[in-house]
Amino acid sequence: MDRNVFISFGLHTLLVIITAMSLPFLAKKPINLPPIVSVELIQISDKTNIPFAPKAKKIIEKVKEKEKKLVSEQAPPKKIKKLKPDAVPLPDEKIEKIKKIKDEKQNPEKVETEIKQISEFEKKELFDTNNIAALIDKSKVEIAETNKKQDKVTQNQDKKMDFGGLTLSEEDALKAQIFGCWSIPLGLPFNEDLLVRIKLQLKPDGSIIRTEIIDHARMNRPGQAFYKVLAESALRAIKLCQPLRVPTTGYERWKDMQLNFDAREMLEG
Amino acid sequence: MLFRYLFILLVLLPIKSLALIEVDITRGNLSPLPVAVSPLAIDKNSKDNFKKILKKENLGSEISLIVENNLKQSGLFNPLNKDAFLQAPDIANLKPRFEDWNLIKAQALVTGKVTFVDEKLRVEFRLWDVLAGKEMMALAFTTVPENWRRVGHIITDKVYERLTGEKGYFDTRIIYIAEEGPKTNRIKKLAIMDQDGFNNKFLTLGNELVLTPRFSPTNQMVTYLSYFRNLPRVYLLDIETGMQEVVGDFPGMTFAPRFSPDGKKIIMSFAKDGNSDIYTMDLENRIVERISNHPSIDTSPSYSPDGKYITFNSDRSGYQQIYIMSNNGKNVKRISFGNGLYGTPVWSPRGDLIAFTKLHKGKFYIGVMRTDGTGERLLTENFYQEAPSWSPNGRVLIFYRETKTNAKGEGFSAKLWSIDLTGYNEKMVETETDASDPSWSSLLGN
Repeated sequence: MDRNVFISFGLHTLLVIITAMSLPFLAKKPINLPPIVSVELIQISDKTNIPFAPKAKKIIEKVKEKEKKLVSEQAPPKKIKKLKPDAVPLPDEKIEKIKKIKDEKQNPEKVETEIKQISEFEKKELFDTNNIAALIDKSKVEIAETNKKQDKVTQNQDKKMDFGGLTLSEEDALKAQIFGCWSIPLGLPFNEDLLVRIKLQLKPDGSIIRTEIIDHARMNRPGQAFYKVLAESALRAIKLCQPLRVPTTGYERWKDMQLNFDAREMLEG
Repeated sequence: MLFRYLFILLVLLPIKSLALIEVDITRGNLSPLPVAVSPLAIDKNSKDNFKKILKKENLGSEISLIVENNLKQSGLFNPLNKDAFLQAPDIANLKPRFEDWNLIKAQALVTGKVTFVDEKLRVEFRLWDVLAGKEMMALAFTTVPENWRRVGHIITDKVYERLTGEKGYFDTRIIYIAEEGPKTNRIKKLAIMDQDGFNNKFLTLGNELVLTPRFSPTNQMVTYLSYFRNLPRVYLLDIETGMQEVVGDFPGMTFAPRFSPDGKKIIMSFAKDGNSDIYTMDLENRIVERISNHPSIDTSPSYSPDGKYITFNSDRSGYQQIYIMSNNGKNVKRISFGNGLYGTPVWSPRGDLIAFTKLHKGKFYIGVMRTDGTGERLLTENFYQEAPSWSPNGRVLIFYRETKTNAKGEGFSAKLWSIDLTGYNEKMVETETDASDPSWSSLLGN
């Protein structure tokens, strides 16, 4: 009796663990990714080489001047006291030290702590020179942000690989390739259902092993002659494009794939 | 019990890994499809016979050239340069080496053979899908040798239909007004030609002013307006026999007679008691029936393809606009509301659109709109252009355009132009003389 209870308990525990690991609704929530925005990626150095526009240069200089002013106006005199509160410095030493402190205050890089002390209102008026640079070269920010996002996605890509599905960049690359190969027949009636779904079986290099039109029977239905024309154009596109731009890894997840060719958007537009 | 657990596990585990990757392809390129039109193969005996009859060195090449030009003119195909072809026509017709055609980026291939059989011309042709490596279509035609140009057009229609999904418009004719002489003293003749400008014929001598010719649905008859002793007359002309018939003398200004879709009636507008309205005439009993009845000027009527509705232009709102009504004149509804004046509405053979001429701020436009007046699109703009006529598949519009004269009154010309429904592929249609008022026939084979 006890033995059976023990076995039952063990198996139930195993079941709970495996279920928790595999069931889709218990897996991590999918990332709510924003809609795809096509961005042309360009090689860009850490710092932009583009010279500041004359207007921006003026703004930067103004800001620098303002910062200088802020530093000189708001520098707390406390530090002088704190240097050696108990010792009485010699006159020459004192002058030298004050000079040194003043010099330090003139250096904007070291003023960061002081700037932090100003009010939020004043902060808004301050320009960050890096931001200005970013404004001038907006693509830099966008790239940086994309990189950041991509970094995050990459962590999930590994997880995705386990479960299947293409990453956004992989899907984009494949779409872009097929867009170029698909010559849409222009005579199709755009008020009809112009969706052709084709199942593919792929080799690791992206070449096609097998294609299958899912709704094949529709090709021979009366009044659906246009569907045959559309399906053939989609098949031509796949053949023309092969080898397809597939990921270099994770063959198991994409060896079978379905392409949904929809001509409505193009023909209506 | 244990097996039940294992079974549940086996069912649940692969839920995620089975999900098939789906990629949506919603964009493609609209650039012309690369097509190779191989010269049609011809044996020596046939070649010699056709040379004697038609004075053509190589009829196979001539027919393939017609197909090639038609496809190119459509703007939807890009016929590849024949110099790049690796395979000889006779071998290509039997079994193309698809690798060779793939190499020159052809996506479709047309091959064929021309033979002289029992004093007749026999043309076989095949359409191949180069990428799939399979035959898409194979047909043969037999006709009198003089019809060789039509065979080229029919082949193009078949290829066009197979590759685009809509009927072609190449085996068709265009009737138009041929114009000669200075602007102040124009000689106007009725003329007819193939849609590619070949086989041009003048149907009248130019003694009388002729206007607005329109084909009957069977293409056998043409109706047009002519001024005889300064009185407008509506004529019927049988193209094959050349027989002319006066349908009737009508009072005052008479405009644009046009056939009903069943060919039994003519619809036109004429002024009676100083008021222009739309009338139909039954061609069997010559009974004239008034369709519209309004004190305004109603002109340019055109039937819908099913014959149930009529579109026309009227100035009943104060400005010339486009209206539709039932074929009995009831349920009149204005459909154009844009700025400017709208005229010459013509219902598309597909029934979904109405083409029109628009005058706005001194410019003339050819445009299309849906039959409820929505989706107005202006396809082309110019100094002066009007009278659009649809190709039988509703894909292309033909119209005429006049050029400005200089201060001395020189430089005037009127030419036919065609434009695709999308607004692309605007082209001048070559004619022997100046030309205006074109009307496109339906497919001759129908």
